[in-house]
Amino acid sequence: MALDSKVPKGSIKDKWTDYKNHIDLVNPANKRHIDVIVVGTGLAGGSAAATLAELGYNVKAFAYQDSPRRAHSIAAQGGINAAKNYQGDGDSTYRLFYDTVKGGDYRSREANVYRLAEVSANIIDQCVAQGVPFARDYGGLLDNRSFGGVLVSRTFYAKGQTGQQLLLGAYSAMNRQIARGKIEMFNRHEMLDVVIVDGKARGIIARNLITGEIERHSAHAVVVGSGGYGNVYFLSTNAMGSNATAAWKIHKKGAYFANPCYTQIHPTCIPRSGDYQSKLTLMSESLRNDGRIWVPKNMEDVMAIREGRKKPTDLSEDERDYYLERRYPAFGNLVPRDVASRAAKERCDAGYGVNATGEAVYLDFASAFERYGREQAKIHNITNPSDEKIYELGQAIVEAKYGNLFQMYEKIIDQNPYKTPMMIYPAVHYTMGGVWVDYNLMTTIPGCYCIGEANFSDHGANRLGASALMQGLADGYFVLPYTIGDYLSDDIRTGKIPTDTKEFDEAEKEVSDRINFFVNNKGTKSVDYFHKKLGKVMWDKAGMSRNAEGLIEAMAEIKAIREEFWKDVSVPGTADEMNPELEKAGRVADFLELGELFAKDALMREESCGGHFREESAELDGPQKGEAKRNDEDFAFVAAWEYKGEPANAVLHKEELEFKDIELKQRSYK
Amino acid sequence: MNLTLKIWRQKDSKAKGQMVDYKVTDISEHMSFLEMMDVLNEQLVNSGEEPVAFDHDCREGICGMCSMYINGEAHGPDRGVTTCQLHMRMFNDGDTITIEPFRAAAFPVIKDLVVDRMAFERIQQAGGYISVNTSGNTQDANSIPISKHAADEAMDAATCIGCGACVASCKNSSAMLFVGAKVSQYALLPQGQVEAVDRVKNMVAQMDLEGFGNCTNTGACEVECPKGISLENIARMNREYLSATLKG
Repeated sequence: MALDSKVPKGSIKDKWTDYKNHIDLVNPANKRHIDVIVVGTGLAGGSAAATLAELGYNVKAFAYQDSPRRAHSIAAQGGINAAKNYQGDGDSTYRLFYDTVKGGDYRSREANVYRLAEVSANIIDQCVAQGVPFARDYGGLLDNRSFGGVLVSRTFYAKGQTGQQLLLGAYSAMNRQIARGKIEMFNRHEMLDVVIVDGKARGIIARNLITGEIERHSAHAVVVGSGGYGNVYFLSTNAMGSNATAAWKIHKKGAYFANPCYTQIHPTCIPRSGDYQSKLTLMSESLRNDGRIWVPKNMEDVMAIREGRKKPTDLSEDERDYYLERRYPAFGNLVPRDVASRAAKERCDAGYGVNATGEAVYLDFASAFERYGREQAKIHNITNPSDEKIYELGQAIVEAKYGNLFQMYEKIIDQNPYKTPMMIYPAVHYTMGGVWVDYNLMTTIPGCYCIGEANFSDHGANRLGASALMQGLADGYFVLPYTIGDYLSDDIRTGKIPTDTKEFDEAEKEVSDRINFFVNNKGTKSVDYFHKKLGKVMWDKAGMSRNAEGLIEAMAEIKAIREEFWKDVSVPGTADEMNPELEKAGRVADFLELGELFAKDALMREESCGGHFREESAELDGPQKGEAKRNDEDFAFVAAWEYKGEPANAVLHKEELEFKDIELKQRSYK
Repeated sequence: MNLTLKIWRQKDSKAKGQMVDYKVTDISEHMSFLEMMDVLNEQLVNSGEEPVAFDHDCREGICGMCSMYINGEAHGPDRGVTTCQLHMRMFNDGDTITIEPFRAAAFPVIKDLVVDRMAFERIQQAGGYISVNTSGNTQDANSIPISKHAADEAMDAATCIGCGACVASCKNSSAMLFVGAKVSQYALLPQGQVEAVDRVKNMVAQMDLEGFGNCTNTGACEVECPKGISLENIARMNREYLSATLKG
């Protein structure tokens, strides 16, 4: 099947408006007869469920957590971008569009990104109307901060808990619809398959995670907003339950999976400390507004610090290597995430890591304390302030901005980051790849939509900070509610979809068989044993930098782990009760397939772009020496994979990317 | 360190539960409490026993899913943290640690340490929202200036993660801190004024219906709240409620 992105004709500025003016609508009386299933209740799924219900559709929403409010969007810290230009620093829809396409290393679809930038301003209006308590300045107007890879301040925030506040906003909108009976909420339920009837997505099979009951749910369309697949690495900043199962199931039933190798390794996470570690914790990128990243210049100092003979604060300014400021003077500590992560790895690989594992760099706030302290002393008319006073005043400002992050760091590492620099190291954070969707956010299965992090569309090969929240809410509040109407307008006479059909029988049997296999297998190794093994292969061979040899090995090793898993996995307990090990088994089984496709995709892409750095494709000389080398001639396409049984047999379909409004350039942040 | 764990085991909501003793060894002080539980569960799985079911997800203190009652305190002995942020450095080698689910009539046990907090959901459905359409046809965000003070206070109330530690810590199993935080967030913002009267009345009515106890001002909830939600929110809710009743 040829890929049709269905991007409307016309100039980029008018596409979305023209599109909305010409699509088919469903009249309010008919919406009452149409059912929509939404899987996942994060920013994308939650906002979609609320808006579709408000429009009049009957929505069934599914979350594996005990409340929609607990979806992992809640953990997003830093902020949400919007082209409001409230700061008057030259921002515009075009500039947000440009930054996002450039930040994504020219691997995203122009028309989708423009639409995202276009609706971004509306998101802020919407959220404020809902009562989201964004940070404000003393004049009572909204405050902004700056994020990596851009030269304007366009990020709106609510302390270090922006994701929480936005999700609670979407959740409150859902609650209003749940109370009206327009959303039927299924908490503690997991989607285990999609049901296809006459080529269209018409329902799902879900498991009630409390009773173990397998349920059939039908609808006229199915929307998957189930998040990313970062947990394929075992260790990531994702929640423990974050999984790819819903996305992978629709892939196996016909939805192409695009660019799986595009993973974001976030530069500012708390370094790992031991083998028992279950997850990694992110420190918001917003910290890079005020923190400076460094390692010691001299190897003797590195050793002295590791052995505890010296403290980082003992080192003078000339003994420190602020490597981001040195290598990228224009953007300094605010280079995009992929660049910052690789630079940290480069220093640590060269032996300059500052903790016992050799995998940590410093994030230092000393100069921010000083800068803010002096400013405050001036504001408060304090003449000749002492160093202590300046520090105290500065600390208060930093605390107001990032207090919860500093507290979180101290609880985990047991060091006071107001007194000594933080230690950070990159960790898997977000997946730009995902289910392929067209301009309407529909997958290659008619009637099956994919939104938010679960789809591939807007971030190309690298996502800019504060853009995930923007995309999740844009998809759910402002894009899908229009595009899905165009599709559902054909369904006004269809009537309720019955669940007592052979398609539902077959899908349910497949799900039940797999569950029964797990609880009866009686192997010798736990699910986590396999998950950790997979994670290690992924991190070592498909992590921050990749090469052909390693990726070929990774494919073979993942296949071997998968075969061992199906022979020897042990799942205690039964199928008809709450059974967390059984839930994990199903998710890891899917990761074991996805991981191999990931490596295959990375192997095919013989260029470096964004989060995907191929060692064979680096600049060899000139001012950009050592930087990633993109190959637009051969690889300016979306790689959409069709499922054909074994992941190794997946078939590649290319969506060529055309850049009409932006000139392709080397992405320089120097 | 080596520890003895006394853990509440209960097969399902209907079964009778009991405390069961387990031993874990070589626990690092840098582990989080839940990583220690992972070690125990791995041990149980490897010996063919059923692992202990407990709620957890983000493991960074924000989702509000984790909910253990450890040595008689919701989220354990540390302050300002959830169970997932509690670290083993708070304990000593040789300690015996008692681990129970959150106890409250309105939070029935589902299995082991997992409880049902749907009562919180229903309270929020009763009025924890502002009735605006999500269609985006709203006014410009900066057309309603809100004083920094009010916005910050609303934010403080809004940081509630809905974990239920307040209920578990209260001798009356009262949910006043939770409901107070929700009511306050909207009461402090101009956007919340239009529906203020109905909101507080409906949410309080639902709270009573769910079987939560009354507040007797002992303040245990504030002490155990991982997000430091202040008792002032309860006072504000009481004022809102009184004024709503007077307005009819």
